[in-house]
Amino acid sequence: MTNIKILPAGDSAVCAEFGREISPEINRKVTALKKALEKKNLPGISEMIPSYRSLLILYHPLILPFEKLEKAIRESAEENTGAEKEKKRIFHIPVCYSGREYAPDMPSVCDYTSLSEKEVIGIHTGTDYRVYMLGFLPGFAYLGGMSEKIAVPRLETPRKKIFAGAVGIGGNQTGVYPLESPGGWRLIGKTPVRFYAKEKKEPVLLRAGDYVRFFEISEAELQVIARQEENGTYTPEITEEAPAK
Amino acid sequence: MIRIIAAGPLCTVQDEGRTGWQEFGFPQTGAADKKAMYLANLLVGNDPGEGVLEMTVKGITAQFFADCTIALTGAEIPALLNGNSLPPYTAIPVTKGSILHMAAAVSGCRGYLAVSGGFALDKEMGSLSTGLKFGVGGFHGRKLRQKDELPLKAPKILPDAKRRTISRPVYEAELSIRAIPGPQDDYFTEQGMKTFFSASYRVTPASDRMGIRLEGEMLEAALPMDIVSDGIAPGSVQVPGNGQPIILLCDRQTTGGYAKIATVYSGDLSKLAQAVPGTVIRFQRISLPEAHKALREDQNTLNKMAEALHQPPPFHP
Repeated sequence: MTNIKILPAGDSAVCAEFGREISPEINRKVTALKKALEKKNLPGISEMIPSYRSLLILYHPLILPFEKLEKAIRESAEENTGAEKEKKRIFHIPVCYSGREYAPDMPSVCDYTSLSEKEVIGIHTGTDYRVYMLGFLPGFAYLGGMSEKIAVPRLETPRKKIFAGAVGIGGNQTGVYPLESPGGWRLIGKTPVRFYAKEKKEPVLLRAGDYVRFFEISEAELQVIARQEENGTYTPEITEEAPAK
Repeated sequence: MIRIIAAGPLCTVQDEGRTGWQEFGFPQTGAADKKAMYLANLLVGNDPGEGVLEMTVKGITAQFFADCTIALTGAEIPALLNGNSLPPYTAIPVTKGSILHMAAAVSGCRGYLAVSGGFALDKEMGSLSTGLKFGVGGFHGRKLRQKDELPLKAPKILPDAKRRTISRPVYEAELSIRAIPGPQDDYFTEQGMKTFFSASYRVTPASDRMGIRLEGEMLEAALPMDIVSDGIAPGSVQVPGNGQPIILLCDRQTTGGYAKIATVYSGDLSKLAQAVPGTVIRFQRISLPEAHKALREDQNTLNKMAEALHQPPPFHP
């Protein structure tokens, strides 16, 4: 039995909640439910917003009655207990971790963690991060699974302007700013890969349930890839792996 | 083509909003007062979801370079066409060269202007709606300004224009807004819930297309208000740590980390879009079946209005 709570969020949305905490198991159920409902292709579902621990389903109640939707959610949640076995889709993302311009907070991260720059980079590139959800900004991925060893508090005074592609750490989370925006995370690098590119056929690179693996590049490589990104000739490597036990 | 002579503080192109992009973090956007948008379009013979201009607090001044039919709905904004006063909620034939001059709203917050045939703009991510924060859709992804030229798709003068009229809604200074408890009503004490459905709240000036910030009696929480971020439905009433509710509207962020005490009945969102600062709001508790029944009735009313204007019924029966 899947423990699922079906909570109406007004007359045209329903929240299917699997728990109240952050865990990969719960998040996998969210992704799996979304897939199962997409497969059912029910007329009347307009869109779905997956998040850490729940799926918000927006629907037209006069096309799809609530009772019918509720039944479909329960059925889909039951069907998908094997979702954990699904392969991981890993995006390999290049990051330049050096230079004052791109990694202004690397010294403070080293201070906080008592680690060398090399160790911080080693830990940051040594994990496959699960995309728990997207939100906050178009294409902003909430990545989970960062090592506690490099967890650092957010800046006391957030920056008014952070460059697009900035890789940051805030608390025990890490992520990439897809657009220039304000923000309070400590910046340890820059990726030339655009997580949001309006003109692309698929403007947003990642979706919930994907994985991200960072690898280190030099400043010169950053420039090369940035140019390729601009020309539309760069695609990050994507690999598939069986999930770790 | 329409040339903007004065755009007012915030005039954007909007339609029904963007569907299918919220999972990637894009706000839904769209007209804040959907009913007013539907009716403006129906009056000029358009599909109800065609792109319209949404004017906040103040109308526009503009010159028309084609014969067309327009309609003004939503907030009551005194308007002159070549110096002659215009009736609201009525189709108006406009001849080439005419100048429309609109004042500030005297009642309501957002006015809508529809043009027969709609605007000749490209949809972006499936919608004409302007997403101001991320520069997508509408007119170059931004609000309109002086000298902008809006191309028209298929402008025409409707032969029965002057007979195409419907009664305009009245915007009250005190609103009763129907709301369904949840999804996180269990984060509040019994007293908190009681307060929410009985106290009166005032709309503050810190309100916009993202949300309406209210002030009034503090809502008592049973648990910390911070939750693990989840998706936000239109009309969600979130309560941050200060206990003051915020009703989230069309430009709301897609996910958020505050407990949501209730969700406004979707048919009442149009009323909220017209609430100016100082408006008093009381929430009335309704059940999900009651909300669905009300929704059906609301849509029937709109269908009847469409029928009276010789338009096909736009909504599901």
